[in-house]
Amino acid sequence: MTPAVFVLRLGEIFLKGGNRPMFVDKLAANVKRALEGLNGVATHYVHARMLVEVAPSARDRAAERLGRVFGIQSFSPVVLCAKDFDALRDEAVRVAVAAAGGAKSFKVDAVRSDKRFPVRSMDMGRDIGAAIFHATGLRVDLHHPDLVVGIEVGVHHTFVFAETRPGPGGLPVGASGRANLLLSGGIDSPVAGWLAMKRGLILDATYFHAFPFTGDKTKEKVIDLVRLLTPWHGPIELSVIQFAEAQKALRASGDAELAVVLYRRMMLRAAAEVARRRGATALVTGDSLGQVASQTLENMSTIDAASPLLVLRPLLCYDKLETMALAKRIGTYETSIQPYDDCCSLFLPAHPATRSTVARAAEAEGSLDVAAMAEELADRAERILVS
Amino acid sequence: MEYVYLVRIYLDNAATTPALPEVCDLVVRCLREDFGNPSSSHRLGMAAAARVKHARAQLVAALGDGQIVFTGGGTEANALAILGAARRGREASIVVSAVEHPSVMATAEKAGRVVVVPVGADGVVAPADVADAVGPDTAVVAIMLVQNEIGTIQPVAEIARLVHAKNDRVHVHCDAVQAVGKIPVSAPALGVDSLAVSAHKLHGPKGAGALWLRRGKTLAPLWTGGGQEDGLRSGTENVPGIAGLGEAVARAVATLDAAAARMAHLRDRLVATLVAATGAHVNGGAAPRAPHIASLSLPGVPAEPLLHAIEERGVYVSAGSACHSGAHKKSHVLEAIGVPDGAGTIRVSLSRLTTSEEIEAAEHAIVGAVRDLAQLLP
Repeated sequence: MTPAVFVLRLGEIFLKGGNRPMFVDKLAANVKRALEGLNGVATHYVHARMLVEVAPSARDRAAERLGRVFGIQSFSPVVLCAKDFDALRDEAVRVAVAAAGGAKSFKVDAVRSDKRFPVRSMDMGRDIGAAIFHATGLRVDLHHPDLVVGIEVGVHHTFVFAETRPGPGGLPVGASGRANLLLSGGIDSPVAGWLAMKRGLILDATYFHAFPFTGDKTKEKVIDLVRLLTPWHGPIELSVIQFAEAQKALRASGDAELAVVLYRRMMLRAAAEVARRRGATALVTGDSLGQVASQTLENMSTIDAASPLLVLRPLLCYDKLETMALAKRIGTYETSIQPYDDCCSLFLPAHPATRSTVARAAEAEGSLDVAAMAEELADRAERILVS
Repeated sequence: MEYVYLVRIYLDNAATTPALPEVCDLVVRCLREDFGNPSSSHRLGMAAAARVKHARAQLVAALGDGQIVFTGGGTEANALAILGAARRGREASIVVSAVEHPSVMATAEKAGRVVVVPVGADGVVAPADVADAVGPDTAVVAIMLVQNEIGTIQPVAEIARLVHAKNDRVHVHCDAVQAVGKIPVSAPALGVDSLAVSAHKLHGPKGAGALWLRRGKTLAPLWTGGGQEDGLRSGTENVPGIAGLGEAVARAVATLDAAAARMAHLRDRLVATLVAATGAHVNGGAAPRAPHIASLSLPGVPAEPLLHAIEERGVYVSAGSACHSGAHKKSHVLEAIGVPDGAGTIRVSLSRLTTSEEIEAAEHAIVGAVRDLAQLLP
């Protein structure tokens, strides 16, 4: 039983200097986690490549999962080969015949990083190209080939491949630290989380549940959204915070126009408290500049002033259509648009303030012990490990 | 007064019901022991066929003499009747009441030109209006026996009589999913050509239902295959579901009179308490109603939060109707009977397993939820 083998090409990690081993270790661990359950996984790191073996029957499933591991620029299923020119040529011909399909033209891309191998890249390309031409009848096209037969002769491994798939790029999850994602159940926040992961953040998630104004179906939907993010990330701890009582207290402050700003300030405080307990050092939100009343510069400033942690907004300058397109690509869109809306709209004033100041918000919060409220919200969070 | 609600009080029986233990045992026996294919000619197959035959006899005994076609539930039974009868004619029109279930409404739209007959504010359709809507091109008239959101009983027998008198080629179908086991149902006495039943509404398993078909009536099948169920429903019979349906229907009908009287008594008590405490309006309250459903509109209280506030107290009811999964749009039934916008509507539905203690606890829960919510809202 020959295992199925992939070569993974690492992207931006290779711009890194002294930290490179840390990035590579994270990636190796993430790949291993992504391929869990697919039998006989082994990873070897060689130069800018990583080799992965899985059970032969798991080849397609492994390919699907590798496409979701951040830090991989591209990857190819490969056939390992003895470091012997004749064997390499025969294997290359077999691979080319199997992959030819409807192709009309091809080229050979040979790389020799083991300089002890006696045949130079140029010569390999020419001789193996001739053998493939005889076997398949495909013509050679060095500029726009339908089929590229890749050959790599490395110090440790020699292999042939005919297919290269794109990886998601980015940095390995965990390489940039830990943050807490505020999830609402809408379209934006899962996409913001995905972008944060892409830049190497490991995430926890926090959802504010306004039961009974929001039914448990919305909570289920949020759990589903978190689950859709896990293939890109691994298990995520979701904190569900009951928020109706806090909303009631904030609304009692009397500044109805400011209600949403006050809710958001309290959400950031509570999320920051959850983050602190989890060792996370930033918050991530799905805010987009000017999208709704709470997302004006003034209101975002007022809201941020309540957060002891850095607030990251990956979608700040995305148009809604761009966010929707990305949500469709990563697979969260269909779940996000399910009609279990949050019923916070019941509490919305007809004309929410688009300009607020920290002073006005602080005045409205005046009689409330907001720090104690945030702690209590975090204390009472229901913690769900979603995998 | 603080109540601690530790128990689960299920009052959403018009959405679905828990299966009876005896029904569950029978279903499991059919999965583990009599698991043969009823079409096989060996003994295991014959044992399974006997289960199906017995269930068929149970349905005939309950609903009256006719052909029984087992289906995957009430929706499929409605679809088989409407599409199956409409396909035989060309450019057919389908006459329905304004308060039909979506499985009839949406299917009728697929089957032909739909003529919707309005209902009065009491939620009842007038037989003469239905007969007036029938024309020479009418293929099917579909009227439900018990309305699933408000519980009103439609005058199906009178409708069938008038329609057949006007045009005897019209297929009169009756969706009796909410009626069987709640009010007496005899398909021949109703004078309909077909009648739909669902198992899970009367303590049977989900995924099982039947279409009662007047003898001599033919329908076009929805799909083709091995020709089971007289060619009307190809596919290996769902023996566990069919056996469970037969048993559930038999038991529901056997205990009907006492169960209906008890449900009506408990329902009326609950309604009286809620009306007195909250000023709720009873939808369909002026019409003859099945004993298990109460639809209440509460001005100024939104339905979804109310539903969840009641749920928080351990009582499960539904907002309007649970069939419009999650959509926050107003129900076409409530619209048809003129329930004003801004009034939250909940449906409380009992089963014959509902107890007096449960109703008492539900009264406290619902009244408490309404009061709490009124305080939380601006």
